[in-house]
Amino acid sequence: MYDGGKIIAGIIIGLIFLTFPIWFTHGKAVKRPEVKLPEKEKQCVQSREYMKTNHMQLLDLWRDSVVRVAQRSYVAPNGTKYDMSLQNTCMSTECHAKKTEFCDRCHDYTGVVPYCWDCHIPPKEEPKEKPEEMH
Amino acid sequence: MGVNRRKFLKIAGISTLGAAAVPAADALAMNPIEWLDKQLGGFTPSEILLHMGHKPTGLKPREALTAKRWAMVVNVRQLDEEIAEACRETCHKIHNVPDIKNPKHEIKWIWAEHYEHALPGQHHEHIDDVLKEAPFLVMCNHCYDPACVRVCPTKATFKREHDGIVLMDMHRCIGCRFCMAACPFGARNFNWKDPRLFLKEEDQNPEFPTRMKGVVEKCNFCAERLAKGQIPACVEVAQELCKKKGREPALVFGDLEDPDSEVRQVLRRHHSLRRKPELGTNPNVYYIV
Ligand code: SF4
Ligand code: SF4
Repeated sequence: MYDGGKIIAGIIIGLIFLTFPIWFTHGKAVKRPEVKLPEKEKQCVQSREYMKTNHMQLLDLWRDSVVRVAQRSYVAPNGTKYDMSLQNTCMSTECHAKKTEFCDRCHDYTGVVPYCWDCHIPPKEEPKEKPEEMH
Repeated sequence: MGVNRRKFLKIAGISTLGAAAVPAADALAMNPIEWLDKQLGGFTPSEILLHMGHKPTGLKPREALTAKRWAMVVNVRQLDEEIAEACRETCHKIHNVPDIKNPKHEIKWIWAEHYEHALPGQHHEHIDDVLKEAPFLVMCNHCYDPACVRVCPTKATFKREHDGIVLMDMHRCIGCRFCMAACPFGARNFNWKDPRLFLKEEDQNPEFPTRMKGVVEKCNFCAERLAKGQIPACVEVAQELCKKKGREPALVFGDLEDPDSEVRQVLRRHHSLRRKPELGTNPNVYYIV
């Protein structure tokens, strides 16, 4: 085999690179993000399971219903009516009062950057949580 | 032989008739685009197809003020600098309109103009002194036949069919500025700069969104207030101040289709003008001079 040594060395270096993420973190997975749930309000507009998987579809439908056809009252499965508003209902002081402890936890973890906050104003948080590490 | 010309025409004719028969009565009453809009509940066909059954959810709030065609009357002789400024300030404050001094980048929803700019072509050098100085409050006219809506390629700017308000869906605006070219009233502004840079955090209304760099914005006839049963903020402020000063209301708001509404009553009593009527956009803001 010509250049056998170089090929084998190359393969080994390649393997080291490929497995870098595994051994660098000592084989541990990064901790699952934990969101902080509201203290007072226990009932969301839909079940927890539904919100986990479908909150983006729900918000998309909310925005179209509110903006385009002026339907602003959401009727939850249990009959309660909610104002369809990300800023005023979801993020109200009773519910997800801190974006950094709720939205950002999973979005940062998964690298999702929704553009909601380019326009919608997140609730004020004091003191502001510093970004713990650079991603 | 396959289908000859005669047979083809026959089939084409019959199928056209068949397809048209059911919704014909409905369709004849309006133009095809309006008819389609109605079938889709205000959504576009691509939205419904892409989202598979993405149909509007929820109800209209019970406390909402409703009308067939919202309109405003500006009684210029009842206005003064103080009232005009109060209207501007209130509107811009609650809607998070940034305060940008550079006239090339400024954003305004409502502002005062001179006669010759508000009602061009109806001005001459001998108009009376009051009108020469009067602040003509101008804003989006929420035109009945809005030029801006016709040109918007994304339907970001649209006319709300149920009450005639010309609104913007900021989620959809791609910043092409066709609407600004189309609007003959300069009612629209483009966000050349990130508006949040000109809007201190303590001045923001946390209940209303801001805009982002690269979208167009304009007056929304306080759609968010109407939904809560409140009249537009500028009208409320102007009426309060006029009451204090013992004047007739300078701004009046109401349903143009309701013969008993306040706007119709005021229009019946006074001679009124609209801005650039010759352009055919059919403004819903009237001026009593
Ligand atoms: S005033 Fe201009 S922006 Fe407003 S509806 Fe009329 S054309 Fe459109
Ligand atoms: S700038 Fe936005 S609202 Fe205006 S025409 Fe283009 S997409 Fe429509």
